[in-house]
Amino acid sequence: MTARKIGIVILFIVGSGVVNADTPPSLIAGYTTEAARATPGFAPSAERGQNLFNRKWGVSQTMPACTSCHTEKPMAEGKHVVTSKRIAPLAPAANPERFTSPAKVEKWFRRNCQEVIGRECSAAEKADFIQFVSKGGRV
Amino acid sequence: MKSLMAILLIAFASSALADSHKLAVPANPKWQTECGSCHMAYPPQLLTAENWRQMMKGLDRHFGANATLDAKENAEILAFLERYAARDQRYSANTLRISDTAWFQRKHREVSNSAWSHAKVKNRANCTACHVTAERGDWSERSIRMPDGRHWE
Repeated sequence: MTARKIGIVILFIVGSGVVNADTPPSLIAGYTTEAARATPGFAPSAERGQNLFNRKWGVSQTMPACTSCHTEKPMAEGKHVVTSKRIAPLAPAANPERFTSPAKVEKWFRRNCQEVIGRECSAAEKADFIQFVSKGGRV
Repeated sequence: MKSLMAILLIAFASSALADSHKLAVPANPKWQTECGSCHMAYPPQLLTAENWRQMMKGLDRHFGANATLDAKENAEILAFLERYAARDQRYSANTLRISDTAWFQRKHREVSNSAWSHAKVKNRANCTACHVTAERGDWSERSIRMPDGRHWE
């Protein structure tokens, strides 16, 4: 393979990576499609996302709500309620890294929904939640 | 007498250095990310391999939190922890809490209750409250800042 061909291949790989990079809207779209299978016509709602986020589920004594660690303001930094470690803001406007890696997003939904709500979150809840924080916590 | 003091000082300094050197590990982004999101990534040298195996088996109930990983990541991180784990039982605790090991208790025996319960500390898992440079690998006594802002004496 000539150097030029290698260069083209590299450009192609890098380029396709950029094209496929996930964003908060693309993740919302993915979860919305999944939710619409169970609920035809489903549309994400920031207001439902806010209710999910603020609700005191009371399943965990140390972490009764999402806000126990993340605070009620998605634009603000949070603090782990047990270890005191700083948590970067949830809102993509304050933290551009948020909702750019589907694997990371799934990992944290899996852990935190189990922890705080006591079960996995549905695709509809995930879409609502990302919609809510994408608006910086405004509904 | 002076030379004896010098020898003692050197011995003391080098043992302190040896302790902080032991806590260095090669960069491992996976361990750093996965073990360092809710708390600092605790050095593998602070528990035994058997402790780490137990720990990684019970991530669904990790000190009361769900910290599950997928099987591949779990195995990769465990291999790293085992590789640098302590071989000495002074670094072992049935509770799997580093703060319950004999080594930790001895090292922190002079820390007052008021320092432990200070709002900036709250929890023994919060190493960086006083070891302010620990996440950069510097655990030296001279880098300690107590919650009241004072150096460690």
